[in-house]
Amino acid sequence: MPDVTFTVDGKTLTAPAGTLLIDACRKAGIEIPAFCYYPGLSLQAACRMCVVRQEKVPKLQTACTTTVAEGQVFVTESPEIAQARKATIQLLLGNHPLDCPVCDAGGECELQDMTFKYGAGESLYAEAKHHRDEQQWSPAVFYDRPRCILCYRCVRICGEGMDVWALGVQNRGASSVIAPNEDNQLDCEQCGMCIDVCPVGALTSGSYRYKTRPWEMNHVSTVCTHCGDGCKVTLGVRQDNEGSEIVRADNRDKSGINGDFLCAKGRFGFDFVENPERLTKPLVRNAAGRLEPATWDHALRYAAGKLTEIRHAGGGAAIGVIGSNRTTNEENYLLQKFARTVLGTNNIDHVRSTDYAAFARALAGSPGATAGLREIGSAPAILLIGGDPTNEHPLLAWHIRTNVRLNRARLYIANSRPIKLDRQAKATQEIPANGYNDLAAFLAGDSEFSKAVQAEASLVVLFGEEFRGPAVESLIAWGLKRGPNPDSVRFACLGDYANSRGAADMGLLPDRLPGYVPLSSPGAFSEYPNLSTAPGMTLPSMLDAARGGRLGALLVVGANPVLRFGVDPAVLKNSFVVVQDLFLTETAALADVVFPAVSLYEKSGSVTNAFGDVQLVRKAADRAGTKSDFEILVRLAGGMGVDVSTLVPFGKRGTTGDLGQSRGAQTGEADRHSIWLEANGLEPKLSPFDPLATLDEIIRLVPGYALDRVNLVSGNDVRTEPGVAHGFVPAAALTQPDLVTPSHDTLFTSGTVGRYSRGLTELDRHQALEMAETAAD
Amino acid sequence: MPKLVSHPDEVKIVTQRFGQGAAHIDRYIELGGYEAVKKCIAQGPEWIINEMKASNLRGRGGAGFSTGMKWSFVPKQSAKPKYVLVNGDESEPGTCKDHLIFLHDPHAVIEGTIIAGLAIGAKTGFIYLRGEYRYLLEIVEKAVADAYERGFLGRNIFGSENEFEIITQSGAGAYEVGEESALMESLEGKRGVPRIKPPFPAVVGLYGGPTIINNAETIATVPHVITMGAEAYSAVGTPRNGGTRLFGLSGHIARPGVYELPMGYNLKKMIYEVGGGVRGGRQLKAVVPGGSSTPVLLPEEIETLGMDFDQVGKAGSMLGSGGVVVIDDQTCIVEFALRTISFYQHESCGWCIPCREGTDWLKKSLTRFHAGFGAASDIDNMQYLAENMLGRTFCPLGDAAAMPTIAFLKKFRKEFEDHLDGKPCPFAKHVELAVV
Amino acid sequence: MSGGNTNTESMSVFSPRLATRFDALVKKYPVKRSALVPMLLYAQDEVGYLSDAVIAEVAARIGISELDVRNVATYYSMLRFKPAGRYNIQVCTNISCMLRGAYDLYERFQEELGIGHKGITKDGVFSLEEVECIGACCWAPAIQVNYDFHDDLTPEHVPGILKDYRGREQADGRPVHA
Repeated sequence: MPDVTFTVDGKTLTAPAGTLLIDACRKAGIEIPAFCYYPGLSLQAACRMCVVRQEKVPKLQTACTTTVAEGQVFVTESPEIAQARKATIQLLLGNHPLDCPVCDAGGECELQDMTFKYGAGESLYAEAKHHRDEQQWSPAVFYDRPRCILCYRCVRICGEGMDVWALGVQNRGASSVIAPNEDNQLDCEQCGMCIDVCPVGALTSGSYRYKTRPWEMNHVSTVCTHCGDGCKVTLGVRQDNEGSEIVRADNRDKSGINGDFLCAKGRFGFDFVENPERLTKPLVRNAAGRLEPATWDHALRYAAGKLTEIRHAGGGAAIGVIGSNRTTNEENYLLQKFARTVLGTNNIDHVRSTDYAAFARALAGSPGATAGLREIGSAPAILLIGGDPTNEHPLLAWHIRTNVRLNRARLYIANSRPIKLDRQAKATQEIPANGYNDLAAFLAGDSEFSKAVQAEASLVVLFGEEFRGPAVESLIAWGLKRGPNPDSVRFACLGDYANSRGAADMGLLPDRLPGYVPLSSPGAFSEYPNLSTAPGMTLPSMLDAARGGRLGALLVVGANPVLRFGVDPAVLKNSFVVVQDLFLTETAALADVVFPAVSLYEKSGSVTNAFGDVQLVRKAADRAGTKSDFEILVRLAGGMGVDVSTLVPFGKRGTTGDLGQSRGAQTGEADRHSIWLEANGLEPKLSPFDPLATLDEIIRLVPGYALDRVNLVSGNDVRTEPGVAHGFVPAAALTQPDLVTPSHDTLFTSGTVGRYSRGLTELDRHQALEMAETAAD
Repeated sequence: MPKLVSHPDEVKIVTQRFGQGAAHIDRYIELGGYEAVKKCIAQGPEWIINEMKASNLRGRGGAGFSTGMKWSFVPKQSAKPKYVLVNGDESEPGTCKDHLIFLHDPHAVIEGTIIAGLAIGAKTGFIYLRGEYRYLLEIVEKAVADAYERGFLGRNIFGSENEFEIITQSGAGAYEVGEESALMESLEGKRGVPRIKPPFPAVVGLYGGPTIINNAETIATVPHVITMGAEAYSAVGTPRNGGTRLFGLSGHIARPGVYELPMGYNLKKMIYEVGGGVRGGRQLKAVVPGGSSTPVLLPEEIETLGMDFDQVGKAGSMLGSGGVVVIDDQTCIVEFALRTISFYQHESCGWCIPCREGTDWLKKSLTRFHAGFGAASDIDNMQYLAENMLGRTFCPLGDAAAMPTIAFLKKFRKEFEDHLDGKPCPFAKHVELAVV
Repeated sequence: MSGGNTNTESMSVFSPRLATRFDALVKKYPVKRSALVPMLLYAQDEVGYLSDAVIAEVAARIGISELDVRNVATYYSMLRFKPAGRYNIQVCTNISCMLRGAYDLYERFQEELGIGHKGITKDGVFSLEEVECIGACCWAPAIQVNYDFHDDLTPEHVPGILKDYRGREQADGRPVHA
């Protein structure tokens, strides 16, 4: 649409013809109040708050339905308009209970703000208000009809946004209510988006209601731990006896890659950190063979001593290291550096949820051919192969749906089973469950489906664990043949958790250094002391070695391989096992030393989502007695007699100080202190436990991770393409098929951690019950 | 059976076949029916629209928009099918004219629908009747079936190249569905909530296709306009207000009924001569001129008032649906206002805040006020509320509630004040109304 | 997630005649869903009210969710979700009727039947409702008994009307909906 020029409150504005006036004004910094208008959702014109005066039009017009045209003149604030808005609020307050002092929304309520702004302070209303009892629709969602102002945001976000359509409007007039799809129960994806968009306290969250006042919380913007999409999540944190407690998770920071979106796991699955089973003291196996609490000092000394002993006795080859899908890039980087330079082994791996090594190899030398998650929201065409994003990558599914709905993007789906996104698809292709290996050939063929896909000028291809090793390479080779234009094809490879991608990128691989750099030609990593060029053991091989009595020690950080690989407990009885975790998992229960670690919500650093978008995580909460994996590793190294400054470039070797970003809720004092130091030419002294020092090393050494640091620490997502851009061709990756063990989590499960979330287990049970009832109907 | 009435001043155009068995297709044809549509087939769309424009026929639903103009807004070319939609959701209190049309002359509606379809190039028409009119729906359905049987509907109607289908539809109780876009929503199987305009129905209407929506009386008038000729029809009324109107006299009137009178007929004369004056020889207190949503008029305001869209508008009210409700001097205006607002509270679709909350608030306040628990500030508050609903709601229902309320409060403020300070209602028969 | 898939052929809650009518109704419109409002009304005419089973079957016939059916059904005031009497007496008390004694009429019905607004007589024969304008203003006061209009009434007509319907009820002897 061509640009048009029009006048608002005397200011000349320009916007494409047909832009909604409310959007044009907001973009220009002119605030127009609205309850029902919500960007991206269908128009309602129901709340009448956005009324403005348009020249030569007799009645006030709603800015949410007025499209701008050349030469129009508008007034958005005048006594007449203020009066109209004030009266609308007065009318609303007629039946709206004034229970603000106990309402969850009090302090962050749009109705409260509007009442304040338009001065509707005097109550003209002398009648009894309509009352209806509050209803609980699910463990997550409560509905308080009297507070509801019927803006229909919830109905639309659920239907149009989520494609769930679980909410409706029933009755009419003043008796109208929002109603759930089952008999006073919600049978849905339990995403809680309805709660989030509610401008008042009508929809409240089961986990948050009546817990605190909004102004009593600190709000920390970080990244969700539960899936590979990496949604930005705002944690509401309050001080408590144990340190600080997370009381709420929402998406009030709409600047993230998830925009408005957050799923059930992001919103309600944070409570695992508060689980009473949480480990808060190190455990050491005593002479009687039982794990018993120990001091940090003792546990560290004991573990470090044993590891030193085993390294001396059998060399690094006798030690295995298993990393995590949920720890930060800095921790993963440090872990592999610790393994390679301190333990002297390349026996390092992680539970792989997809084949990122093959992905990197296949894309080597083709920069610009990976797609960030934001691009899914604007790509003109998407080919989705395998998987079920609605359950496994809810944000990806949201972006796909939104893109199809608002931009008419064309979605092509090839899958061995029907998935919910089929509803948005332009074409679907059913393939046999074992047919993914042949898909590249099929796509190159002349079926209707393949021809339609081939005809797309610009295509994003999404795939996941169904493709491994050579299958990844043939799929990408098919795509890259489409042409030299980097817009013609872009790929994303879907992994499971917050930092599954980062685990692979940071070299938690026996045959790869960070950035998929081959051990045989380590390049910049030559600065590592004692680096061996021989590939180490994969995770299954380590378990085999343990079974054969050849593994002296195993260090497991934030992983539960015993459960994932169904390991017989006897297998590890001859190995010295050290586990860092939040809970006494099946693996931790077999350990000789267990260190109580902090969760992703209690530490700082960076994570890389499945799409290669790097984001900063910030420390939101505290748990007395626990330490970050980063700190545990540094202390272990120290205990092993290593000069930790060779491991972490802190102090004078650090290039940039931590300006407090990483301290999250505790910002303020520290910020001012470090800013003062810098201003006086004094270098802020970094601690060896400061992960941002390692971030600097990652930026310096890891190919593809030369990140824009300022952008990253400002809270933005920064793209990375490890192993792609710099032209090296990695050697063939290890391709045992059993290396990839995807978790296939649902909307309410999240690996081992998810089991400790009461919120998620309750939702899982609720939905299982709803499903059973529906089936019985 | 509704009683038919007559008066010498009537000009029987639309009602000319009432009481003559014209619901039967043969009788309708005998009385000259289905000739107009044949003429239209011969003359073509442009001619029809020009005739309609020249006739000065204005929408009988209440808004009074020129029918010919409305039809001319429909684009000639359209990728989507076009539709004619007949609004028989007659629900405005005081109005029962369409009731008689469906009962006595259903074929006139069918014929008018076909003509409208020819004019805009539609192949399908819908006749939507309110759910309560089940017996009338059956009459209309029979008439439609008969018309199909004669080849007046279906393919090659009247042996021409044209095809036209009519589908009848029942509502299920909702005043709001009388609003044209809410009617389309209801017909599409949805809640009867109006649509955002623009786009207007003539461009994007039923099922997304260009649609004209006309009141049943308007449609039933169309064949007569064609038969009489636009000039003759227009000559019956006043300038820019062509033809006759079916006025429903109800309330405290001696001879209630539906009378067909020329547009511009004097209201006082209508009450005292046509309707035989106020029942029981009582004094006239007030009159609601065009259905319950139109502001009430005082006796002194009707002296020289001609009943057409322009004159009633100038007098501060509206011709509306032509439902004239006569109120005698023994009536409590507070109670009347309460009953009026109770209706709009019950019928508000609830979509927008000012109407949903405003009607509810007004009903509650008036209920309390009429029960003797009013405060002096209530009168100003109610007026403030009503004035702040006016022009601010999503659709005209809010205005329909606000306008009469403001008129009652302004014109009968004294009577409201007489209810204050615990004084019993001077006219009280019913202290409290049952909640509908 | 959405409702069950009622097999409309074998498990219909409607009589074969009505089921056949519905089969035709959904084909009548350019869009299937247009059949929804009349279908609900006709279903209520036969079953007496919109039971869960009725809603489920209508949803299945139209191909929309039960929630969607409820959203629509609860909008229309003639549709009900609880049984009414065999003869549902609807007394209009809107302005034109009110001015001509509708409340006296309504009170008389209440007295004669011993029930109030939306009440049902113990035998299930009658229910009573105060309703909005029914489009019989010029023949006020008027009522509807189910779909039958009775106009120009006075309270004195009430016993006769009730007697008449009670007679019909006995004559056709069908069980009442309750």
